[in-house]
Amino acid sequence: MKSKSARIVGALVLTSALVGALAACSSSSAPSSNAAPKGTYTFWDPYPQFNQTAAWTKLVEKCGTQAGVTVQRTGYDTTALSNKALLAGQQKASPDILLIDNPVVSTLASAGVLTDTAQTKLSTTGIEANILGAGQLNGKTYGVPIGANTLALYYNKTILDKAGVDPTTVTSWASLTAALAKVKAAGDMGITFSGINTEEGSFQFLPWFWGSGANLTKLDSANGVSALSLLTGWVKDGYAPNSVIQDTQTTSWQEFLAGKTAFSENGTWQLAGVKASGIDYGIISIPGKNSGSAPAPTGGEFLTIPVQKNTARYQVSEKIVSCLIGTDNSVTTDNTLSYIAPTTAAQAKQVATNASLVPWVAAVKAAKGRTSDNLGTKYPIISANMWTALQSALSGSATPAAAMKTAQAADAEVIN
Amino acid sequence: MTTTAANAKQAGRGDGGVAAGVAAPPAPSPKVRPVRSGQWAAWAFLAPVIVYLVAFYGWPLYRNIELSLHAYTVESFVNGGAPFVWFDNYVKVFQSATFGPAVGNTALFVLVSIAFQFAIGMALAVFFFQHFKLAATLRALFLVPWLLPLIVSASTWAWLMNSDSGLINSVLHGFGLTQVNWLTSPQWSLVSVLIANIWIGIPFNLVILYSGLQNISQDLYEAASLDGANAWQKFWRVTFPLLRPVSAITLLLGLIYTLKVFDIIWIMTKGGPVDSSTTLATWAYRLGFGSVLPDFSSAATVANLLIVLALVFGLVYLRLQRRERES
Repeated sequence: MKSKSARIVGALVLTSALVGALAACSSSSAPSSNAAPKGTYTFWDPYPQFNQTAAWTKLVEKCGTQAGVTVQRTGYDTTALSNKALLAGQQKASPDILLIDNPVVSTLASAGVLTDTAQTKLSTTGIEANILGAGQLNGKTYGVPIGANTLALYYNKTILDKAGVDPTTVTSWASLTAALAKVKAAGDMGITFSGINTEEGSFQFLPWFWGSGANLTKLDSANGVSALSLLTGWVKDGYAPNSVIQDTQTTSWQEFLAGKTAFSENGTWQLAGVKASGIDYGIISIPGKNSGSAPAPTGGEFLTIPVQKNTARYQVSEKIVSCLIGTDNSVTTDNTLSYIAPTTAAQAKQVATNASLVPWVAAVKAAKGRTSDNLGTKYPIISANMWTALQSALSGSATPAAAMKTAQAADAEVIN
Repeated sequence: MTTTAANAKQAGRGDGGVAAGVAAPPAPSPKVRPVRSGQWAAWAFLAPVIVYLVAFYGWPLYRNIELSLHAYTVESFVNGGAPFVWFDNYVKVFQSATFGPAVGNTALFVLVSIAFQFAIGMALAVFFFQHFKLAATLRALFLVPWLLPLIVSASTWAWLMNSDSGLINSVLHGFGLTQVNWLTSPQWSLVSVLIANIWIGIPFNLVILYSGLQNISQDLYEAASLDGANAWQKFWRVTFPLLRPVSAITLLLGLIYTLKVFDIIWIMTKGGPVDSSTTLATWAYRLGFGSVLPDFSSAATVANLLIVLALVFGLVYLRLQRRERES
């Protein structure tokens, strides 16, 4: 008898839990569709490091108050946010404002999750065209950049002095490789970068690829192969550690911070860390094949306004977004994030207070969006094939030419 | 797939409940009514389980199959309207350059893992069964790999096996051997994830086999001793045959667990370099979530192949269990 009543209780608990869960689902989706433009606005961003008391959260809330609404901000992990945004779009439960990594914008835009700036009357005036490019697809703009970051070469002055290398002479691939040889001869490691089989690997390979003059629609061009041969040669000759094949930008950076490596290809966001490390450092832009600086890819997030049933909400969302990218707020935010502001006016303000940003502002001006050139959702597929080529050449399972040829063949499904 | 077994058991228990419910009321007098009310009660008792099964097993499984039979893009994933393409996704997966290596790696990974986990687990179980001092403490220590979160153990292995700054290579270097690129060379990456997976799987085998040993009567060993059997003969002629049912379950559960191993490989190599350590499980994840542009249809297709494989082994397990019960 006892076990039977226990079973009934169990059944009741389970059923009520299920009913409760279903009810919770339906009630949570209701307000976003029917509520008037006042009330609570949801805001998702990939900055889980900022809690409720952080300056960033305060700024977001302040912009909401100025627009006459309450903003509820939630921070997610970067990769989790991309999946979550797509699922939310499918469930018609998108947040009012979504701050998302720039290569994801074109994917979400082509999925129909995002509004374009013509719909929301969001102004893009003053934003540098090369930074905005990552958020454009088929002539429409799907968001505004909160800031941008890019890649350059950090160097360790102590090691370069010991090896007798003058960093100002590093202006081409040949002079860089010669410098790495000298560093190796002096007993140190030449360079670290990330060659992992994720988007990070492609992000770090692009400056060399673009610097060769190659185009993403033709991976196996002679120039493209020469870029892959350059990196493969470094690993083969011991100028770069073998672990670059599995290094993320964070782990390759840790190797640089250990103080035994001359150069590290890394981003704006490491600036605070290198200052704290006590390493006598300097920054040069990544050299192009023969001369000049190579275009590096832009990193950083875009503020987007996802599609809502109640289109009246857009005007409030637009006010909040415009507030966040206003010159003063943008300078504050980008200084916190170690980003470069997307407008010339804000960049000038940033440099005025922090002269160490000068090389980074130049690098961002020369940078290029990964999904630009109207590649859009073709880019993720090209990128995956490219990082696979990078992996197979670096690990020695194929020659650079063969690896790029395979990648180009795999690209055929998206490129005609 | 263990869930299938559990479900079967649960369903079985449900049936028992129904039978009891029908039999319990001492049937007043009319012919039809008690049966019908008994049936209602039976369905009421079954309802929670059915709702649970449909919501948490049936629906996801249906969605997975549905995804694999349509050509979903991100656009149609959000707005609907993906065209029905029959088995095009399956053909695409079979023709993919990754399919061969993924299947081969999965087979190698599962077989080698199981063989080593079982052999080492068995050896340790027999060893600890000697009841020497500290045996209990040492046995408890062997459980550590099982208790650690996988992210911790996999990251630790990845660090140990780092090509340039890993501990294993620095030890090899100390002995005058050349550096092995554990995680970054196509020849070694599968071996590396295998080593980590074997290490993680040993405690499971140890615990189950040890409990199996406890069920073998000591009298048999005494009798064997009287007949003049040495330790080796006792193991092969007494322990091993009597552990057969427990071994069969351990091996089959191990098979199903190993088939779906994903986290260790993903954390250590992400299936790379190229496809050298890609298994069906990591391939499915990579297709679905590995790049900025998810390919849900292909991912669901690979996942379905994995489900079918696990189902086959699950059925073998159920069948074996039934035969065991009958004999």
